[in-house]
Amino acid sequence: MRGYFGPIFAVVAKDMLLELRTKDILVSTLVFGLLVIIVFDIAIDPTPSAVATVGPGILWVSFTFGGVMGLNRSFGVEKDGGGLRGLMLAPVGRDAIYFGKVLGSFMFMALVEAIIYPAFAVMFDLPLLAPGMVPVALLATLAIVAVGTVFSAMSVNTRSREVMLPILFLPVAVPVIIAAVEATGALIGSGEASELARWVPFLAAYDAIFLAVCPVAFSFVIEE
Amino acid sequence: MPEADTAVYAVRLKGVTKAFGRAPALRGVDLDLPWGKTLSLLGPNGSGKTTIIKIIATLTRADSGDVHIAGARVGRDGARARRMIGVVTHDPLLYEDLTARENLRFFCRMFSLDDIEDRIERVAETMGTTARLDQRIGAMSHGMKKRFGIARALLHEPPILLLDEPDSGLDQEALGLLDEVIGGGDNPRRAVIMTTHNLERAIALGDVMAIIAGGRVAHRQTLDAADADAAREAYERLASR
Repeated sequence: MRGYFGPIFAVVAKDMLLELRTKDILVSTLVFGLLVIIVFDIAIDPTPSAVATVGPGILWVSFTFGGVMGLNRSFGVEKDGGGLRGLMLAPVGRDAIYFGKVLGSFMFMALVEAIIYPAFAVMFDLPLLAPGMVPVALLATLAIVAVGTVFSAMSVNTRSREVMLPILFLPVAVPVIIAAVEATGALIGSGEASELARWVPFLAAYDAIFLAVCPVAFSFVIEE
Repeated sequence: MPEADTAVYAVRLKGVTKAFGRAPALRGVDLDLPWGKTLSLLGPNGSGKTTIIKIIATLTRADSGDVHIAGARVGRDGARARRMIGVVTHDPLLYEDLTARENLRFFCRMFSLDDIEDRIERVAETMGTTARLDQRIGAMSHGMKKRFGIARALLHEPPILLLDEPDSGLDQEALGLLDEVIGGGDNPRRAVIMTTHNLERAIALGDVMAIIAGGRVAHRQTLDAADADAAREAYERLASR
């Protein structure tokens, strides 16, 4: 088992070290996410009913588009120095590279969300601590990076990769975004509590399906 | 590949084709490399040399045909095949924002190697780069990056080396070190495939030469001293195609 997980954790550790050195992903996604929330806070009158209606959407626009930026950067680094081809020369299955990249992106995105949510809560007058948000955010984030990693590997070889990733990725991620928004709505008061019981299993199922399918797709995508 | 062939051949390609879109890059390449030999692969730009290296290195899938590396069939047993090869390409395949040591340490982990620090010191010494180990790759010259790219390929002591124009951008000292790596002391369990545009280096370092033209092996011969002139004549005839 160590033989399989060793390279996965090596990819994660390498991504962490790169990020520690450049701070490219964290700074750009964090600033973008916060800007989205600030813009909406200024644009709408954040009354309790308005927040209950549009708040979840604002939050997940911030998380999703920030995540897309992070995914773009994550594979941009691999492309620029030829690092991805270096990874591909390692005697491991392509799925190990995939899971390493997914885990790294997941950790970055979860960290950014953990910083953005309190800012969102303060600006829109919501409780700072929302334990119910944790499983929703984790499942939806996992879904976003599971699918986004494949599309990021695909778009990185295109001329306009920054534009191509959202175009390819968002249509596939729409069910996740809807589920995350509905579940978040149930948690912050705009939806029924029963909605949570409906959308959380949906997110879990989406994760399970795409974590099974995407490693196979990834191996075809990265080989020219 | 039958077991008897595995003992004789380090690399075998049979009927390998590859197209990029509608443009064919390889049109049925048959190539084999016995253990203990160095194959010099020559040919004009766009002839398919790099594509052959990429296919053997499992970076690109062949459209059809068979590729075996030390008995492992590429495509079916890619991970095993990759453990047997060290690959040097035009790019060093290193991360610009990490130091050379951090890069080499990372690739040691990807190969699940032990004695990581000793290995790093060893390959750095082989390539004359010990003093630069803690420098960021992005701050290095092209030649120094290339040296570390070669060091990366040697970390797991692969029996088969695939070198795609390894001499480009290297200074005289580095060329000498590279020649030692390629020579490998005539190791009978070492095999090297090297693409180059430098015919004289190809003759000096290779045991066998193949000229790729139009996606096919257009000429193939051994490189004994007596055959050098025939090699030059074939190269002049085919390289201008």
